[in-house]
Amino acid sequence: MTDAPLLTARGLAKYYGHRLGCRDVDLTLHEGEVLAIVGESGSGKSTLLGLLSTELAPSAGSVTYRMRDGATRDLASLSEAERRLLLRTDWGFVRQHAEQGLRMAVSAGGNVGERLMAVGWRHYENIRSEATDWLSRVEIAAERIDDDPRTFSGGMRQRLQIARNLVTRPRLVFMDEPTSGLDVSVQARLLDLIRQLVEEFGLAVVIVTHDLAVARLLSHRIMVMKSGRVIEQGLTDQVLDDPREPYTQLLVSSVLAA
Amino acid sequence: MPTTAQALPAAQESCAGSRLGAPATPSLVRDTQDLLLRVENLAKSFTLHLRGGLTLPVVSGVTFDVHAGECVALGGPSGAGKSSILKMVYGNYRIDTGSVRIADGDAFAEVADAAPRQMLALRRARVGYVSQFLRVIPRVPTLDVVAAPLRAEGVDEETAKARAGTLLARLNLPERLWSLPPATFSGGEQQRVNVARGFIGSQPLLLLDEPTASLDAANRQVVIDLIREKKAAGVGLLGIFHDAETREAVADRVVDVTRFEA
Repeated sequence: MTDAPLLTARGLAKYYGHRLGCRDVDLTLHEGEVLAIVGESGSGKSTLLGLLSTELAPSAGSVTYRMRDGATRDLASLSEAERRLLLRTDWGFVRQHAEQGLRMAVSAGGNVGERLMAVGWRHYENIRSEATDWLSRVEIAAERIDDDPRTFSGGMRQRLQIARNLVTRPRLVFMDEPTSGLDVSVQARLLDLIRQLVEEFGLAVVIVTHDLAVARLLSHRIMVMKSGRVIEQGLTDQVLDDPREPYTQLLVSSVLAA
Repeated sequence: MPTTAQALPAAQESCAGSRLGAPATPSLVRDTQDLLLRVENLAKSFTLHLRGGLTLPVVSGVTFDVHAGECVALGGPSGAGKSSILKMVYGNYRIDTGSVRIADGDAFAEVADAAPRQMLALRRARVGYVSQFLRVIPRVPTLDVVAAPLRAEGVDEETAKARAGTLLARLNLPERLWSLPPATFSGGEQQRVNVARGFIGSQPLLLLDEPTASLDAANRQVVIDLIREKKAAGVGLLGIFHDAETREAVADRVVDVTRFEA
C-alpha cells in the first residue's frame, strides 16, 4: 500500500456566476480505491467530477495528481498537451450517455483502437487483436468488431465505452452515472463487469451515482453531497448502514433495500 | 520488544461474565501478549432524524477483552445491543464514545477513529465477520464468493479455490452449486456459503453473528467444529449464539450485554 495519494483535492469550489456548483471539497484518493459521490440532481456531484477531471476550471482550490513518473503535479499547471495525454492514457472517463464517450460513426474496434494509437501503437494487426481481446473482456462478440456503436444496445454501448477507456490501462477512471437509464438486468451485468475489472486492474475510481445500490456494490468509500457541499462521508457500508445526517437518513430510507 | 500491547493496562475484566463449562485446556495465561480485542466504555445511540430527532439509546459502558484462542459469547435478549456491538467492532456502525482496539502487529489499531482505508486493511488482515445474511453479488459463482477473502490476502487463485471447495464440502454444500451465484440458494445454503466465506480467511479475530441460525443439526456441528479449530489455531472469536447448545459447545465465557443497557 503506497501511502502517497493518487489524487488530492483541497478547498475545491465552483460558482457559475452567482450560482453555487460546489464548495469546500477536500478529498484524497489512493490507488485501487473506489469513491462514490452520491446525492440528488443539483447536489453538485457532477460539478465535482468535472473539477476533478479538469473538464471544469475551479473558482477556488486545487487538484493534484501523482503522475506515472511519480511526480505530483497541480493539474492547473499542466499544459494543454500534457492534460490531453493524461486524459487519453492514465485516465478514463465513462459517461452516462455513451454517445458522448464514444465515436458513434466509428466501428467498435476503431473506438478501442483509437486510444491505443493515441499512445503510440502503430501496427494494425496488434491494434486489432488487442481490440478484439478487449471486446471479449466486456462480453461483446468478436464478429461485431466492424459494426459501429449506433447498431448496439444501450448496455453494449456502455460496455464498449469501458473497453475504450481501459485499453490503455489507466490508473484512474471517472464514471458519471454509468448504469442509469439501463434495464435492471442489463445494469446488474454491467455493474458486475465494472466490479471485476476494477479489482483485476486495481483501478482507482471516482463514480458519481444517485443509486445507493450501485455505490454499495462498487465503492469502498462514499461522499454524500447536498446543495453543493459534502455533508457526510466515510466507509461505504458504515454511511449506508448507520447514516448520521438527516439528509443521508432520508436518502437511505427512500431506497427499497439498498 | 516494547509494544503498545504491553503499554496497555492489565485487563480489567470488570464485566467478565460467567464461565461456561470447563474448557478443554486450563485457561490461557491472559497477559496482554495474547490480547486481540479490547473494548472499553463503548456507547452507542441512534438519532432518527426522520422521527423528529428521536434518540434510541442502545448500549453504554461496554467493556470486555477477547484473547487469542478463546470464544467469547455476547449474551442477552434480542434488542439488548449484541449485534450493534459486533458491528461497531467491525467498523460497520459508528462509535459514539469509547474505544475499540484491535491487535495489529505490534500495536493496537483504534477502530473509533480509523480512516476508511485503515478499516478496510484491518478487515483484510485482522478481523473477519460472519454476518447473518449473505449480501449477494450478482453473477459471481459461489466458489469465487468464498475464495475472495483469501485472494484479498494474496493467496493464488488455485489454492484459494481449493480451500473454498474443501470448506464448502465440509459444510455439505453440493458441488453442483459451486459454479452458481448464491442469489437463488435457500436460506440455509446461503448461510453455509457465508460461514465458509467467513472462516476461510486467516484473520486472528473473528466476529460471528448467529452463524448457525438457519442450519440443521449436522451443519451446526460442522460450524462448532470449525470454531473449535479456529480456537485451537489461536484465533479469538466474539459471537452471538441464540442457540444454547452451540453456545455451550464453543463459548469459554459469556459477556452479559444487559449490564450495558443505555
